Amino acid sequence: MLVKKRALLVGAGLAITAIVLSGCSGAGGGAGAGAAGKDVTLTLATVNNPQMKDMESLKGTFEKDNPGIKVNFVQMEEGDLRAAVTADVASGAGQYDVVTVGAYEVPQWGAQGWLKDLTPALTSDAAYDVGDILPPVKTALSVDGKQYAVPFYGESSILMYNKEMFAAAGLTMSNNPTWQEVAAAAKTLNTPEHAGICLRGKPGWGDLFAPLTTVVQTFGGAWYDNNWKAQVNSPAFTEGVNFYVDLLKTAGEKDPVSNSFTECLNQLSAGKVAMWYDASVAASILEDPTTSKVAGKMGYVHAPVYKTKESGWLWSWNLAVPATSKNADAAVKFAKWATSKEYQQLVGTTLGWTRVPPGARTSTYSIPEYKKAAAAFAPITLEVMNAVNPVQPGLNPQPWVGIQYVTIPEFQDVGNQVAQLVADAIAGRTTVEEALAKGQVIAQAAGDKQKK
Amino acid sequence: MTTASFAPDQERTPVPPAEPEGTATRLALKKRGRQARALVMPALIFSIVLTQVPFLVTIAFSMLQWNQLRPSEIKFNWFENYSVVFTGPDFLPSLMSTVIITGSSVVLSLLLGLFFAVLLDRKFLGRGLARTLMITPFLVMPAAAALLWKWSMLDVNVGMVNWALNLLGLPAVAWNTDLPVVTIVILLTWQYTPFMMLILLAGLQSQSREVLEAASVDGAGPWRTFQWMTLPHLRQYIEISTLLGTIMMLQAFDPIAIMTKGTGGTKTLSYLLYERAFIGLDVGQAAAFGVVTVIITIAVASIALRTLFKVFINGGER
Amino acid sequence: MRKIRGSIITAVTWVLVLLFFFPIGWMVFTSLKSEGDAASIPPKFLVNLNFDQYAIVFDRGMGSYLLNSLSASLGSTLIVLLLAIPCAYGLSIRPIKKVQDVLFFFISTRFLPAAASILPVFFILKSLGALDNITALSLLYTAINLPIAVWMMRSFFNEVPMEIVEAAQIDGANLRTELTKVVLPILIPGIAAVALICFIFAWNEYFLATLLTTFTARTTPPFLASFVDGRGQFLAVLSAASTVAVLPVVIAGWIAQKQLVRGLAMGAVK
Repeated sequence: MLVKKRALLVGAGLAITAIVLSGCSGAGGGAGAGAAGKDVTLTLATVNNPQMKDMESLKGTFEKDNPGIKVNFVQMEEGDLRAAVTADVASGAGQYDVVTVGAYEVPQWGAQGWLKDLTPALTSDAAYDVGDILPPVKTALSVDGKQYAVPFYGESSILMYNKEMFAAAGLTMSNNPTWQEVAAAAKTLNTPEHAGICLRGKPGWGDLFAPLTTVVQTFGGAWYDNNWKAQVNSPAFTEGVNFYVDLLKTAGEKDPVSNSFTECLNQLSAGKVAMWYDASVAASILEDPTTSKVAGKMGYVHAPVYKTKESGWLWSWNLAVPATSKNADAAVKFAKWATSKEYQQLVGTTLGWTRVPPGARTSTYSIPEYKKAAAAFAPITLEVMNAVNPVQPGLNPQPWVGIQYVTIPEFQDVGNQVAQLVADAIAGRTTVEEALAKGQVIAQAAGDKQKK
Repeated sequence: MTTASFAPDQERTPVPPAEPEGTATRLALKKRGRQARALVMPALIFSIVLTQVPFLVTIAFSMLQWNQLRPSEIKFNWFENYSVVFTGPDFLPSLMSTVIITGSSVVLSLLLGLFFAVLLDRKFLGRGLARTLMITPFLVMPAAAALLWKWSMLDVNVGMVNWALNLLGLPAVAWNTDLPVVTIVILLTWQYTPFMMLILLAGLQSQSREVLEAASVDGAGPWRTFQWMTLPHLRQYIEISTLLGTIMMLQAFDPIAIMTKGTGGTKTLSYLLYERAFIGLDVGQAAAFGVVTVIITIAVASIALRTLFKVFINGGER
Repeated sequence: MRKIRGSIITAVTWVLVLLFFFPIGWMVFTSLKSEGDAASIPPKFLVNLNFDQYAIVFDRGMGSYLLNSLSASLGSTLIVLLLAIPCAYGLSIRPIKKVQDVLFFFISTRFLPAAASILPVFFILKSLGALDNITALSLLYTAINLPIAVWMMRSFFNEVPMEIVEAAQIDGANLRTELTKVVLPILIPGIAAVALICFIFAWNEYFLATLLTTFTARTTPPFLASFVDGRGQFLAVLSAASTVAVLPVVIAGWIAQKQLVRGLAMGAVK
């Protein structure tokens, strides 16, 4: 008996010690010193996009100007970032001092009280010039007049096309093309050497359904009507999806289900595709001669339309400070620095002017060096971003603000599942009608939760 | 801690070997039992604390209505999440995908593993190097393997597989679009064939040479020898590799997350659970799916283990 | 005749092995190319090779992630062995009733998909203040690996001839000497096999590491997954990062492969 008891004790003791030990070192490990005047370590969660990698490479300047503050970057793939940051912020774990949050989440999280209200800190600082932030972006980041995040870069969606290939085929492109014109051009330009058009096919609400939702909207469809009744199997939604799927099948890139932004960008830079409908931010990367074979050969025009006047989306990646941050003051300081006018100057002078994060500030577009370096895509970006209407992007009014997404917690789930079904239709395993009939049920269940 | 859980010296009596029914033996046996229990306890308690506590919490979560983005609406809702599991459209297809993907990957990697084990059991020039190269895929990080296959092998434009197909005059295959299940099975088979091969190779090498030679002297051909002597000898190795392989492949997540995103019949239970928890953000539903998955796996596993696997049936004996 | 057949089989073996190894060989080869060469189709075989991509990889701070991976993997492997060896020995020296149930319990703890338990684990660690903590991560890896380790170790112990143990007992050895002096030396290859397998699993684990760590304790797999940033070509640099990430385990596996085969062979459960 003695042996058994002792073993039990030892075993339990071991487990408890281990947990306690880990607990102790944990408390000391992550948080860093919180008190004012002492050294502060900020932990920043961000998505692994090129502009964020630039921010990491420049953080030394901030650390030099603000002695005592150190910034650690945690880069994540977009899906992982959402999972990790949502779990952290929703549970109040407070591991991150600055988080990178998409335009989809900011209003929802802000309304929950999970993000620090930045309005006082921004308006009191004349040098920051909060009025300089692009109006549609600022609208998307505010709830009831309180701004919960600052945009690091913003984007709309535009059509990018290879001018050489167009010239070779004797085609031209208007500044405001229709989808029918684009489809016709894509079919002409689709050859064994290069695909007619690259469109996202990777299942995901932020992958496939970002461009697809804008197509649906310009075809007159929407996810929900004004009373949260799902419209996924409506004729307009179906027509839009059918158009997209047919275009992919007849003139799209090969293996579309593999492809999202990064993959299409890769194919475009290698000169393997004639057109691409995607985020405007891609232009700055396509125009970088060190990494792109098509620099200087690309043209950029408005998102193709059908029944609406504009069809671009609106997205921004923003910096926000969770309400649980133990180093809120330093965190706000960093968020402001990374979205300031000086930061844009710093990027321009050290990394090159095409790398300046676009689509966040109006003044970016009047920096002489930037205007010169980004002449190919800066004017169109500004033009489109000011033209889109996140309050009513489609033909009919909608009960939420946002273009290529629906600002409810369930949307990413709904969008993902319907995207998987549409991917089956792209592969020909099912029809668009069947896919959307199933999608309607999923969307309606989420819509019902909004009604009560 | 190892020391503390052992019995002090003076308590021990040597086991008298030649006294079948004596009291001393029984006493010794009893003490042996106590010692055995003492040795088992630390690991058992550790496992219980670290796996069962989270599991109990999972069960508790499974009875809550809890969406991460609606923290004000958390409430107890009994078995509502379970009714979603059983009446919703997700569970059965996902169970099927899991069975198809895990099943075919296990069978394929077992067959290929056996084939390679037989080939590498022969003595030939550079056998050591061949074996070294052969086990490497198992050592590669699944995340790295998925990225490697996505970009360097299966990419429709620059992937080596499609380039090779073109060389042979075949059209490039859009792997993720047209053959998502096959893509995942290829990747899993590639990763786990070396593991199966290692265990089976170990089995082949533990076979007694004399018996095999005697068989061949008796005029049995190589195929008959393999069928009647080697395969029965390998049975338990096959069982162990199947069991371990199944456990590992059931949990496969990275290739699906990186390559197919759950489309076209690749939404296995482990991916479905991820989706419920981190895209649906529904903590309660994810927990309910998890609990049901565990119950089903344990039910299937215990039937399989107790009826098919000699390894396990003889587990308590020596 | 027989000789020719033998050489044919050898040739076929080599072709198949090289085919299987090709993706990894190609990864290493790609990592030594420039980005432009790496992405070209048809592939270029005669190119300038250099280590530039590796410099970029370490410039991005891969070193600290590797170090974290190493401590989490070594730490958990060590604890697994400390727990599994006595446990497996206990299970093999008999009279525990319900050995089957204990074993089954151990195996069944592996059936809970990580995605189901990760939120509960997240909340437990949060309330203990143990998020982003190497020790906590090591303990979780230990819990994951313990079932397989116990299972394998027990089959190795069962292979130890009872006579050796009994002889030692007659000589008056106590349980501890019996285990450390008599049984363990026979089991070295088996222990090496178990340790290696536990190390591999811990080193390669992606899911828990992504969600339960941020900066201080972050390991290599989440770093690798976020490596591609989409600016220009990246095949070469991604290959270099992957090569570095898999190298430690591959080398360990290569060195220990004899032990691995012998160890696994010992587990020939009777």
